[in-house]
Amino acid sequence: MISPADLATLPFDDWVNAFVRGWLVPNFRPTFRAAQVPISTVLGWLDTFFRFVPMIVMTAAFAAAAWKTAGRGMAIFTLLGFAFIDMIGLWNDTMTTLAMIVTSVLFCAVMGIPAGILAARSDTVWRIMRPVLDIMQTIPSFVYLVPIVMLFGVGMAPGIIATIVFALPPVVRLTNLGIRNVRGDLIEAAEAFGSTGWQMLWDLQLPLALRTIMAGLNQTLMLALSMVVIAALIGAGGLGLVVNTGLGRLDVGGATAGGVGIVILAIVLDRITQGLAERTNVGKLSLGQALANLFRLRGSSAAAETKKAG
Amino acid sequence: MQTKLSVSHLFKIFGGNISATLQLLREGKSKQEILAATGATVGVQDASFQVEEGEIFVVMGLSGSGKSTLVRMLNGLITPSAGQILIDGEDVAQADKAALRRIRRQKISMIFQHFALFPHWTVADNVAYGLKVRGVPPAQRRARALEVLEQVGLAPWADSLPSDLSGGMQQRVGLARGLAAEPDILLMDEPFGALDPLIRREMQMELLNLQKTLKKTIVFITHDLNEALLLGGRIAIMKDGRIVQTGTAQEIVTAPADDYVAAFVADIDRGRVFTADDVCSAPVTIPLQGTSVRDALRIMEQGGAHALYVMEGERVAGVVTYRDLAASELEGGAAPTTLQQAMITEFPTASAGTSLHDLYGPAGAGLPIAVTDDRDRLLAVVQPGDVLAHLSGDAAPADAAAPAPITEETDDQPR
Repeated sequence: MISPADLATLPFDDWVNAFVRGWLVPNFRPTFRAAQVPISTVLGWLDTFFRFVPMIVMTAAFAAAAWKTAGRGMAIFTLLGFAFIDMIGLWNDTMTTLAMIVTSVLFCAVMGIPAGILAARSDTVWRIMRPVLDIMQTIPSFVYLVPIVMLFGVGMAPGIIATIVFALPPVVRLTNLGIRNVRGDLIEAAEAFGSTGWQMLWDLQLPLALRTIMAGLNQTLMLALSMVVIAALIGAGGLGLVVNTGLGRLDVGGATAGGVGIVILAIVLDRITQGLAERTNVGKLSLGQALANLFRLRGSSAAAETKKAG
Repeated sequence: MQTKLSVSHLFKIFGGNISATLQLLREGKSKQEILAATGATVGVQDASFQVEEGEIFVVMGLSGSGKSTLVRMLNGLITPSAGQILIDGEDVAQADKAALRRIRRQKISMIFQHFALFPHWTVADNVAYGLKVRGVPPAQRRARALEVLEQVGLAPWADSLPSDLSGGMQQRVGLARGLAAEPDILLMDEPFGALDPLIRREMQMELLNLQKTLKKTIVFITHDLNEALLLGGRIAIMKDGRIVQTGTAQEIVTAPADDYVAAFVADIDRGRVFTADDVCSAPVTIPLQGTSVRDALRIMEQGGAHALYVMEGERVAGVVTYRDLAASELEGGAAPTTLQQAMITEFPTASAGTSLHDLYGPAGAGLPIAVTDDRDRLLAVVQPGDVLAHLSGDAAPADAAAPAPITEETDDQPR
């Protein structure tokens, strides 16, 4: 049988190699390395802070937040879960992972929400953005680990960059969806009163899309957690590293311990953010307040959390 | 009266080649032919009208007649394909984005069928939206919002959310939002269409009441002819994007421009369109002093009337009926009765603007209704039979049947 391969063979892998190794890396390595500075800076602060706050205070803050947003049952689960993590000796690794997750979600929000807004405002932008998001979500993460290592090196920051690539699409998609779903007659009303594009965005579209955007951030958070182990392959530490080490040594116990830590952290973060998104009752909360609550709760300030819970 | 809004030869064509479609329209092709030939949908074709300052101008048409498109072109929400829209001499059709924003902020407000209130803001914040957009400081715009809410009777709900209010109340908020920015022109796009009939009636009355003090220039869109006839100083009827007739309620009902309008007005409530003025006839009156019962009976017999108004100088003293006078003559015998004794002083009155609808009750008494001016002078009378005859739509003009006036006061009669 004849097949297209008989006529011509394409050295696709060579092309990619030539592009990445021959052009991208030599020319842009310094640029990329410089680009990761904000990420490593934020990560550094958060990591230091989370490790510095005593375990008891941190657990109390999370339990209070869980109580406030998801009810008493979740608060008890948080207490027991965090105590368990501490007792199996993984507290510091968990805090490192938490710092990574928070950093990833923060950068995803900073990039994804404006991208979603742009996509919602222009069909052309959305037509271009959509396939890019599809690729980001479907391409196996191992494929881009190698070029990321080549461009950014190994370590925590490249791990977070890989996580961002994987976790960014939902927040963009849902921001776009939320804004596009704002009722047409409200938009028309805003226009009829002579509002500018910014006024409409700030007064109307963002507040009404907030619930959907929060759902997107929750999805992003979950995807970021699922990247913890993979990111550890290129030098990101934390619970992912524990799992990987266990895997390498065929240490079933160690790998399971790391895995359980990730699961507990995931459940707690998911329930708290879901509770937040549900409580984001349009009308009761301004956009600024809701976003402030969201990020405050994710742990940049434990004091603020306890104040909020109290 | 000054012309506030002047629209001339306004077209809107959706899709397709605009200049080719305009050419086809000029050749007199129909909407359907054009859709088949070019794929373009004609929204509005060749609309021209003028709205005077302080007038309620109603645009009436069924869904798909282009009335919503037309009103959205007036504030530039939809850009016209051709034509001119002058507001105070400025052409909205040619205005750029910044100019449009300025016109919308200062001159035109809009009120929507489904209220379009922002669900995440309180009533007061909603009302103040136009001011917020304009950059008015918060304290000032709240004060203004409360003031307008007071006007529409919603001040106690200033801090509620729109979802806490009923449909009618929500539309009051919509109205207040439109008024808060103190625009010259209000565009109302079927504002009462989503309300149930009782509330709709109440809102129509309230709008008319508010309009008495506000004197805004209003362009009111509706699909309900009764509403149009009730509110409109002048009414434009639209069909297939074209204005088929413009005129006052009476003009449209008495002289429909074509079969389409005629079919429309066939089943409207004529009692709300026509007023006492349309059915009244010149009054036959007799002076109280110096007219005997016999004279009165003779006059009635000559004119074929059942009742006569009795005047005391300029003032109406009462009404006498043939039946009462004839009965008193028969019984009277020795002591002849006077007009004074047989006169009914509790007679029904109306003003020239009273709708026939409100004359049903008085007409039921069987006495002619006195049409008086604001100084209680008798202008005309309405015969009870004429009220019902006019409602049937094919009544002979009331004047023809009326007996010739016999007093001198008739030279200043309205008809």
